[in-house]
Amino acid sequence: MPIDILMPALSPTMEQGKLAKWLKAEGDTIKSGDIIAEIETDKATMEVEAVDEGILAKILIADGTENVAVNTPIAVIAADGEDLSAAASGGGKAAPAPQAAEAPAPAPAAAAEAPAAQAAAPSVPAQAKSYDASSEFPAGAEVVSMTVREALRDAMAEEMRRDADVFVMGEEVAEYQGAYKVTQGLLQEFGARRVIDTPITEHGFAGIGVGAALTGLRPIVEFMTFNFAMQAIDHIINSAAKTLYMSGGQMGCPIVFRGPNGAAARVGAQHSHDYAAWYSNVPGLKVVMPYSASDAKGLLKSAIRDPNPIIFLENEILYGRSFDVPKGDDFTIPIGKAKVVRPGSDVTIVSFGIGMTYALGAAEALAKEGIEAEVIDLRTIRPMDIETVIASVQKTNRCVAVEEGFPQSGVTAEIGMKIMEAAFDYLDAPVARVTGKDVPMPYAANLEKLALPNIGEVVAAAKAVCYRA
Amino acid sequence: MAIAARKTKAGAPAKAAAKAPAKTAAKSTPKGAAKAIPNVPTFTKEEELHAYREMLLIRRFEEKAGQMYGMGLIGGFCHLYIGQEAVVIGMQMASKDGDQVITGYRDHGHMLACGMESRGVMAELTGRRGGYSHGKGGSMHMFSREKNFYGGHGIVGAQVSLGAGLGFANWYRQDGRVSMAYFGDGAANQGQVYESFNMAQLWKLPVVFVIENNRYAMGTSVNRASAQTDFSKRGVSFGIPGEQVDGMDVRAVREAASRAIEHARSGKGPYILEMQTYRYRGHSMSDPAKYRSKDEVQRMREEHDPIEQVRGRLTREHKLGEDEFKAIDAKVREIVNDAAEFATHDPEPDVSELWTDILLEPAQA
Repeated sequence: MPIDILMPALSPTMEQGKLAKWLKAEGDTIKSGDIIAEIETDKATMEVEAVDEGILAKILIADGTENVAVNTPIAVIAADGEDLSAAASGGGKAAPAPQAAEAPAPAPAAAAEAPAAQAAAPSVPAQAKSYDASSEFPAGAEVVSMTVREALRDAMAEEMRRDADVFVMGEEVAEYQGAYKVTQGLLQEFGARRVIDTPITEHGFAGIGVGAALTGLRPIVEFMTFNFAMQAIDHIINSAAKTLYMSGGQMGCPIVFRGPNGAAARVGAQHSHDYAAWYSNVPGLKVVMPYSASDAKGLLKSAIRDPNPIIFLENEILYGRSFDVPKGDDFTIPIGKAKVVRPGSDVTIVSFGIGMTYALGAAEALAKEGIEAEVIDLRTIRPMDIETVIASVQKTNRCVAVEEGFPQSGVTAEIGMKIMEAAFDYLDAPVARVTGKDVPMPYAANLEKLALPNIGEVVAAAKAVCYRA
Repeated sequence: MAIAARKTKAGAPAKAAAKAPAKTAAKSTPKGAAKAIPNVPTFTKEEELHAYREMLLIRRFEEKAGQMYGMGLIGGFCHLYIGQEAVVIGMQMASKDGDQVITGYRDHGHMLACGMESRGVMAELTGRRGGYSHGKGGSMHMFSREKNFYGGHGIVGAQVSLGAGLGFANWYRQDGRVSMAYFGDGAANQGQVYESFNMAQLWKLPVVFVIENNRYAMGTSVNRASAQTDFSKRGVSFGIPGEQVDGMDVRAVREAASRAIEHARSGKGPYILEMQTYRYRGHSMSDPAKYRSKDEVQRMREEHDPIEQVRGRLTREHKLGEDEFKAIDAKVREIVNDAAEFATHDPEPDVSELWTDILLEPAQA
């Protein structure tokens, strides 16, 4: 029985990749464990190991093919003695997706009837088309499309060129090129003194970063995920956020703590926490959570130049999304300014970070039903630009706030309270919120999907505040 | 347990320490017989006088702070350094301008030793606008960029990672500075201490870890809290050399400090000094110190007092007369009384200070 080899996923959020190279040719004998091909994403290059044994009967996807979807058959293996031409003609039984050697391993597809495509794909919707950040671009600037990952890297590289006091430290930031490839190429350009691999010791290296910042250096401390920053939160809050005040204004702490935050896909409760609300509770910190690549770049550059401790919350799923970004190395976005990304008159939808995917998706869906939503990207959680939200609510008289974080004491709870304080008389309906559910993140694909917000919930909330069925 | 007057290398240090072994100094010596031992470092008269003045200033300052606490002028937490003065003074005598100091909450002595004004320190204790932090820090939180004093930290052990970070900055800038991170026998059991040891040795950061072992982490004696009570060996698994030092003898402290600082400054990485010392007062003002006997405290004061040791040598070896001591004492009392007077009458911070110093304004691009 011929067996299909499927395109493997390198990570829980990988949807497609490039089949860079075949290391075996048609007719070759394949043993379990043989490296048969190399695949690439913008994040990593991985070798594909054979799980099954036999003869490589047919290569279905040629060397160099881009954008091969996860779980697409890429080759067919025939057992010894099998009719190769029959095998090569396809119709093989799908094998489990070959094991990629990188942890966390992708979920193997149990059977051909239930390909793992949906399971491996993030449950957040694809990028909405309607996000236009160009009004903030420098006049006449040439615009290029780049991923959030590339935008973050460029921001760091540009600021490191500009200021010798800026350096990056964290786990796997240098030789590995970043666990999520955000620091790709920085070691090569800036050397080992400015791009520093740390041991796995978040509490310690966060403290070292803060100590260095107190002397006036400008560290960028990367956490592989903000879940791990829990080990370091004492230094972030007690040492970084409070020292300026405790020193009567003498000891500033110009430091950026950055890394992916919140849910990725199928990584379980300890790797999926959204900390926006936690850090936004603390005076002495600024908390930034961009959605688009241009905001990621412009805000990270501002964060690195800022004299205060900044929490810069990224998102693994957004790393690979592409947006227009103006060319040039002096494009910044001010911290503390929200942005109306889609004008509308009927209801205000406020969100930030990956929450914007639900907000924008809902706005598109609502438009089809004749409801024009005004969508606001907060971009900075603290200090919060509530004025922009209030101005919108004074126009629409209704508001839905959206976040992936937990509901109690969440960012959306704060938005609702601030609107009540400042614009109560303008409201035609109570402010509604759509949040992550009040449960630790489950692993099972169906439960994870339920735990996160979705476009339907935002649409329903918007209709509810508009008193529309 | 008597305070050992011996210095030992870290037990069986790994490669790095073996390559750069600490000099073994004086042999094991019983206390009180110091002057008979040839290897005990000696001070010139000027050095003895300097140490005497500086230690006496800390002693009198802390006594005054204790009084003012009793009068209700100082609130909250107040941890006195009385008994431990030789540690920070001996260290400072071996350091250079530009070297940084960071410590925990028992920090008044370190600030004075760094040259911070006694008025500003005392006014911070009383929560007044003339305090180093304008009254917003208190006893545990004062800083001076000018004097390279980086606090004043209330989370036990945090100053060790931060101090390694100061050393990191020196390494990054290659400016020849050394940072000194002070912490107690209690903090020495915190996990981040070992994270910092590891990175400091891995990257050869110029930092001296000064463990002030005053035998009690609040009310818990070293023996009840520490599986390894020889703190000089706490860096052995990282190959960091360490020594036990008689922290009541300012000469021994300076000698060991010179060795440690030179090691760090020359690019060989961190060094650990366990200063065997003793605090006469309770952990904080509210501590009745029931966990140790009055005799123990009395014996330390009578037999090992760091200031009396210097005074004895100045009398015996340098023939300093009673009048000269009186003149020094009067000068020190004048400084302390002036600080207390200032701190008592300086106004509280303006209410507008509540909302300042939370964030800095970004520079305009």
